[in-house]
Amino acid sequence: MDISLLLIILLVGAIATFLAGDKMASKVALFFGLVSLGCTLYLLSLFNAGQNLDLTMAWITKPVISFSLKADGLAFAMLLLNGILTPIIILSSFGNEVKNAKNFYALILFMSFAMAGTFLASDGLLYYIFWELALIPIYFIALIWGNGDAEERKKAVVKFFIYTLAGSLFMLTAFIYLYSKAGSFQLEALYNLDLSADEQLWIFLAFFFAYAVKIPLIPFHTWQANVYQKAPTVGTMLLSGIMLKMGLYSVIRWQLPIAPMAAKEYMNIFIGLGIAGVIYGSIVALRQRDIKKLLAYSSLAHVGLIAAGTYALNLDGFRGAVLQMMAHGFVVVGLFFAAEIIYRRLDTRIISEMGGIRTQAPAFASMFMILVFASISLPSTFNFIGEFTVLYALFQVDMWFAILGGLTIILGAYYMLKLYQHSMLGETNTKIFKDVTFSEGLVMVSIIGVIMFFGFYPKPLTDLITPSLETILLQINR
Amino acid sequence: MDTTLALVLILAPLFGFLLNIFFGKQLGKTLSGAIGTFTVIVSFAVTLYFFLNITETNQAIQVKLFDWIAISDFKVDFGFLLDHLSLLWLMFVTGIGALIHLYSISYMHDDENMHKFFAYLNLFVFFMISLVIGSNLLIMFIGWEGVGLCSYLLIGFWYKNQDFNDAAKKAFIMNRIGDLGLLVGIFIVGFVFKTIDFAELKTIVLAGTMNNEMWITIAAIALFIGAAGKSAQIPLYTWLPDAMAGPTPVSALIHAATMVTAGIFMITRLYFLFDLAPLVQDAIAIIGAITSLVAATIALVQTDIKKVLAYSTVSQLGLMFLALGMGAYEIAVFHVITHAFFKACLFLGSGSVIHALHNEQDMRKMGGLRKAMPITFITMLLSSLAISGIFPLAGFWSKDEILMTAFHGNPVLWVIGSLASIFTAFYMFRLMFLTFFNDFRGTEEQKKHLHESPALITFPLIVLAILATVGGLISLPGNSWLNHYLAPFFPNKEHIAHALGQTEYILMAIATVGALVGIGVAYAKYMKQNQVPGADATFTGISKVLYNKYYVDEIYDAIFVKPINALSNFFRDFVEVGLSAFVFGFGKVANELSFQGKKLQTGSIGFYLFIFVIGFCAIISYLFIEL
Repeated sequence: MDISLLLIILLVGAIATFLAGDKMASKVALFFGLVSLGCTLYLLSLFNAGQNLDLTMAWITKPVISFSLKADGLAFAMLLLNGILTPIIILSSFGNEVKNAKNFYALILFMSFAMAGTFLASDGLLYYIFWELALIPIYFIALIWGNGDAEERKKAVVKFFIYTLAGSLFMLTAFIYLYSKAGSFQLEALYNLDLSADEQLWIFLAFFFAYAVKIPLIPFHTWQANVYQKAPTVGTMLLSGIMLKMGLYSVIRWQLPIAPMAAKEYMNIFIGLGIAGVIYGSIVALRQRDIKKLLAYSSLAHVGLIAAGTYALNLDGFRGAVLQMMAHGFVVVGLFFAAEIIYRRLDTRIISEMGGIRTQAPAFASMFMILVFASISLPSTFNFIGEFTVLYALFQVDMWFAILGGLTIILGAYYMLKLYQHSMLGETNTKIFKDVTFSEGLVMVSIIGVIMFFGFYPKPLTDLITPSLETILLQINR
Repeated sequence: MDTTLALVLILAPLFGFLLNIFFGKQLGKTLSGAIGTFTVIVSFAVTLYFFLNITETNQAIQVKLFDWIAISDFKVDFGFLLDHLSLLWLMFVTGIGALIHLYSISYMHDDENMHKFFAYLNLFVFFMISLVIGSNLLIMFIGWEGVGLCSYLLIGFWYKNQDFNDAAKKAFIMNRIGDLGLLVGIFIVGFVFKTIDFAELKTIVLAGTMNNEMWITIAAIALFIGAAGKSAQIPLYTWLPDAMAGPTPVSALIHAATMVTAGIFMITRLYFLFDLAPLVQDAIAIIGAITSLVAATIALVQTDIKKVLAYSTVSQLGLMFLALGMGAYEIAVFHVITHAFFKACLFLGSGSVIHALHNEQDMRKMGGLRKAMPITFITMLLSSLAISGIFPLAGFWSKDEILMTAFHGNPVLWVIGSLASIFTAFYMFRLMFLTFFNDFRGTEEQKKHLHESPALITFPLIVLAILATVGGLISLPGNSWLNHYLAPFFPNKEHIAHALGQTEYILMAIATVGALVGIGVAYAKYMKQNQVPGADATFTGISKVLYNKYYVDEIYDAIFVKPINALSNFFRDFVEVGLSAFVFGFGKVANELSFQGKKLQTGSIGFYLFIFVIGFCAIISYLFIEL
């Protein structure tokens, strides 16, 4: 038994969904999404029992590229995020009429497959292939099933595609250079390279461009808000919930341990960049008119803080970052879904055209409110655990980093409560607003359940990720 | 056994919350209110058990449930600490909490969302208990932010009114400014002492081995910022008067008796740290004194009955901080308790009045209510005498102790505190005269329906008025039960004998005369001359400045809110657009350069992908050939 089982299930699921035809596609996809979640949990239980699930298979002999997957605690944390969110995201689209459903749902599962592969790959080139592979389904999902004017949408999506591709090419170059030194793309081999400070800097920067676009960090974020707005909600969820975390994950897995000297030398700059994103994103979010754009900028702020945590280069930073990646993934998917629920009923994403919903839909209002408070990291939610840990990690580097990064708790409260007030409260809306349906409620409740559970009891997760993060930290401080 | 009981203590209100939020509508109003009240009574009963226990055994109880957050420098247990301080606090939190729940059954009975009200109120009690019994700073922080959440929910309880929602939002955000301070304080404590557990911290600090003056000072500043946010001190006090948008029982429970005292609780909890930061202590005393005076002056001219009480609360909290800054923690605690009695009574009394007048809060439209509402009148009168510091009511003892301490510390602070107290006597009796004496100034329609409130409302008033009258007994000078009780909590402090010398008697006399003067002036103005404040526009000069609260809200708006929003607009409309254009600019340059390649740009992404794959293969084969 090894971890490739998960990838096989997702890939088979994508194919089966495609073959199932438009009518059955959504249900088949949901089935495979749930099976993949079950599989993730099963493999996790094996892993926790001490079983080694890594896989190394020769693939291409010259140059030496192997099909090797590494399932450590860090990878499992990301697989859990992917595994829980995939069926939730599929279920979330049950209320929509989807044209060409078989393609749509197959692409979702395919994307989940590619992202899982990215989190698992321990061969540089294999990792790169998965990394780029994940771009293809989201490109089509955003382009074909997106909303708004087709020409504008195409512009935004193509920009996103080329932008991330361009960033990734720097990474590819770095990998090729590393290969020329190590004679292998294997993670271990790359870790053990003895690179000079100059070499490390270039490698670090090359990785940085790929990740800064993906995460995104300011000023590489300009693709984000438009794509979030134009993509169908499912696409936005996949992007913000999971795909962004590929970049943050890769910082910990690839960038920092391969070029640790550069990371240490310039850590203040990169922490600063992350924190600048926190403040900038929060301030821009304040005056957004479109709910999806507002959430996009709030995402920019949150991932900025996570990135700052990773660049703090201490255990708390890594741990907090991984926890916050997961927490943010869940919350942001929930929030985008709330926006979608409103859109289904009021046919608008403009905040000023909403309001007065709470009277008509008390259950929805309560669930939305819980998500709002989770996103501003109220203690007893999962997000607080992550944010607190990250901020403490920043404090260990410099008190001012913690204070500036901590502004998120004030600014975040400002824009999120403002959003809630203007979208949900006030005099009863003249349009009819039905409360959540069963499947909508199920999506919301699942997300809230996860957020609350780990808010009170994050120990299983911290126990899971800590050993692997310590190993990576050891590598950085070698 | 203790663990189970502690869990009952904290989980009972949470259970009430869950019942009411999920099934409240089906339960019906009376049952919903009864459940809400009963769960708090359960908590009170358990508290009483622990309280009686600790007075005998003098043993604090620690409960540890599980590891919560993993941090490399310190442990974060999910645990509770039931010691002298927390149990004392719980006594009045759950006790007054239960009374106010009872009151609310009648007060909120006409509200369609009564079950939600009780749900939120229960949730508040749950978080307040967590705040008080948390065994470390972070569990306290759960409660700290949790009560902020409930405060937000209850201020904006009537959410159809966007002004109320604004007030709720403002309260939450201003609290969050303080919370950032508190967080930083927690970071420093954890970083320096490698623990955030209260009991361990105390042991380490009192052992005196830690000598990190700079960090301790910064930590004390940060923690005080947190306290200032929650307990409405300058400069973070402006949310509290706005918070009066919430239903009146909320003002009594959250914004007078319990939540706003959290800052005082936290500083008392960590008194050993503040003792090591004398400069910060001085700052706390000064800020407390100034807050008490500023708020009292604003209260002089307010016309909304709840606004008067709100500023009065800010002012009284200021006095408590004055005591804290003087290192007189047990005196601050004493005043917290007596204030909880008389201020809760005053708010509930004003609620009774508002209820009788069908939601009228403007004192200019009241008057002469004492005949129609004798119980409300007498209970409020007793509480007013208490807050004014008239012998022998509760407020006399606690306020006098604060002023005496101030006098021995710094006479200037004593003068400020005394002035605030004189103003307090004045505005309280201005309120009493305008509300209860002379002729009724409301509509005929209201006049016909004037009535005393039902027993569910008057009973809590009577209990609280009795406590406001005799509450001073817990800490009489020279024979203080409170100091004796708290002695184990302050192991490093010598038992302070409150022997009364000549100076003390003179100070008492001055304070009493001051209070009588305040009352006298109010009597002359509002009783004898029968004056009534004019319409808003008629305020001029100083009273206009006071009526407009020194324009602090407007100033904050101009300095913080407007610039941030302007910056946001600028970022949105210029920076974002510019950055976007910049990136596209790169694309355009590339376009120009690849003029030849233009023909290849078919715009089909399939084609691009094809090129990508080819290029990818090319690179691989290059490696293949090369190596």
